[in-house]
Amino acid sequence: MLRRIFLFYYEGFRKMTWGRNLWAIILIKLFIMFVVLRLFFFPDLLKRDFNSDEERADHVLEQLTNP
Amino acid sequence: MLESIDMSLVDWSRGQFALTAMFHWIFVPLTLGLSFMVAFMHTIYVRTGDEEWKRITKFWMKLFGINFAIGVATGIILEFEFGTNWSNYSWFVGDIFGAPLAIEGILAFFMESTFIAVMFFGWNKVSKRFHLAASWLTAFGANLSAVWILVANAWMQHPVGTLFNPDTARNEMTSFWDVIFSEVAVNKFLHTITSSFLLASVFVIGISAWFLLRKHEVLFAKRSTIVASVFGVIAAIATIATGDTSARIVAREQPMKFAAMEALYEGQTHAPLVAIGAMRTDTTMLPNPRQEFIFKIEIPNALSYMVFLTPSGFIPGISDLVYGNEEQGLMAYEERIERGAIAIQTLKELKKAKDRGDEAAYSALRTKFSDPEWLEEYFAHFGFGYYQGRELKELIPNVKLSFYTFHIMVILGVHFLILSVLVLWLSMKNRWGNHKWLLWVALITIPMPWIASQAGWVLAELGRQPWVVYEMMPTISAVTRLKPGAVQLTFWIFLLTFTVLFIAEIKIMISQIKKGPGGK
Repeated sequence: MLRRIFLFYYEGFRKMTWGRNLWAIILIKLFIMFVVLRLFFFPDLLKRDFNSDEERADHVLEQLTNP
Repeated sequence: MLESIDMSLVDWSRGQFALTAMFHWIFVPLTLGLSFMVAFMHTIYVRTGDEEWKRITKFWMKLFGINFAIGVATGIILEFEFGTNWSNYSWFVGDIFGAPLAIEGILAFFMESTFIAVMFFGWNKVSKRFHLAASWLTAFGANLSAVWILVANAWMQHPVGTLFNPDTARNEMTSFWDVIFSEVAVNKFLHTITSSFLLASVFVIGISAWFLLRKHEVLFAKRSTIVASVFGVIAAIATIATGDTSARIVAREQPMKFAAMEALYEGQTHAPLVAIGAMRTDTTMLPNPRQEFIFKIEIPNALSYMVFLTPSGFIPGISDLVYGNEEQGLMAYEERIERGAIAIQTLKELKKAKDRGDEAAYSALRTKFSDPEWLEEYFAHFGFGYYQGRELKELIPNVKLSFYTFHIMVILGVHFLILSVLVLWLSMKNRWGNHKWLLWVALITIPMPWIASQAGWVLAELGRQPWVVYEMMPTISAVTRLKPGAVQLTFWIFLLTFTVLFIAEIKIMISQIKKGPGGK
């Protein structure tokens, strides 16, 4: 069963003609999004800067009440 | 409060989010609409066994695939931005946004990725019925995954089914069903998907017109047009009906947006609907500048009738909402700001009592946040509290932009209905293709539904400003205090990346369209 599923996808991708450029675009796009942008430009700040949900809540409360 | 916030940071952060969302929305509506049309064409092929319908299905499936592939995952960037640029907001709404987006991610990934593969690779490999089922499930999967993000957006427009927890600074869901079945959410979903179906219909009609103009693949073009025009007429009627309901809901839930989209400054009964108009800014009326009309054509009583189904219904204007109208039970913004400031101060005192371990003070303050009367009297105005010491005009959305986007959307919507009806009528008489000028109109109309759709979102999002979460959280308190330069940098990176992707989409689409249904 697993082999049949694998072959279904494998042959599907192998027989692609017009789809190859698309796959290149998708992979480049995903690389830019998840590697370049996510790692270097878009950290989850609350997750990165605080260790617990209590600290995060405290920080946001501070921001909301002492703007 | 917040006097010192760098407004360029807020503007750049908003600009960055708008750019990402608008780019994402280039691809989504075509995916939503075209997926159903492909499934319908595929059904005709399976039922008739006619090879021409197979060619037709495969051609539109290919364009669907290109659009899906280039657009896929662009929406995830919005989630990155929540965590970095809007961290206060993403924490504040956490539970409400987290659940729908998680469901969306799982549904979109498993349903779409599984069935799309079967849809594309399944020709002669799986049974005809299973293959057809995959086409339909791809369409349903794509549209179902849109439900959740639209539910989340609807909650931001009209927060229901939740209670603010002052200990965690988060909104917690009290009723999942109230959130997903709120009138705003249901109507937003219906209006969004029906308008996306209409967009896809216009796309198919326009491209088919191009083939007919070249007198190439005539049978393919005529058959595609019949499916698209039937789809288009139904979708156009549904879009107009849900748009009408949407206007009524906005009038009730977001009266400021409603007043702005009609540029109505003074409230009135027997309010007319501005069918078409042009505005100029009259800066002599500062601090609340008014955009007076250079010219306008009005339909008497229509605005009151649209909302209340009677011309005697009172539609509040911008002035009534800002300065209050006792007779109509509208509280002035000054009063709402005072009450909001009290709510913020209460939250601050609660935090202080907790920090110093003052149990008695903490308990007394904590009960307020579960007291329905206090919540209605004060917490309902929480967001207004951030405008103490600021100008009242900051609480008014951009009237000119709201007016124009609303009218562009409506005028184009009527154009699409007329076009679809005309094309269907001519197709049924087998005269579609005889009128060159109409083929050109259909071709030129191709980009217009994108303009209408984007205008609709601009109205929905700009018209509710300054709120991120309606009347609870304004953009100025939702934004993360980053350096504006950092936000500008990512804005330009996005603009460059999105432009390249958009050009790639157009180029690949055009090359495949030129090859036609016979091309490899």
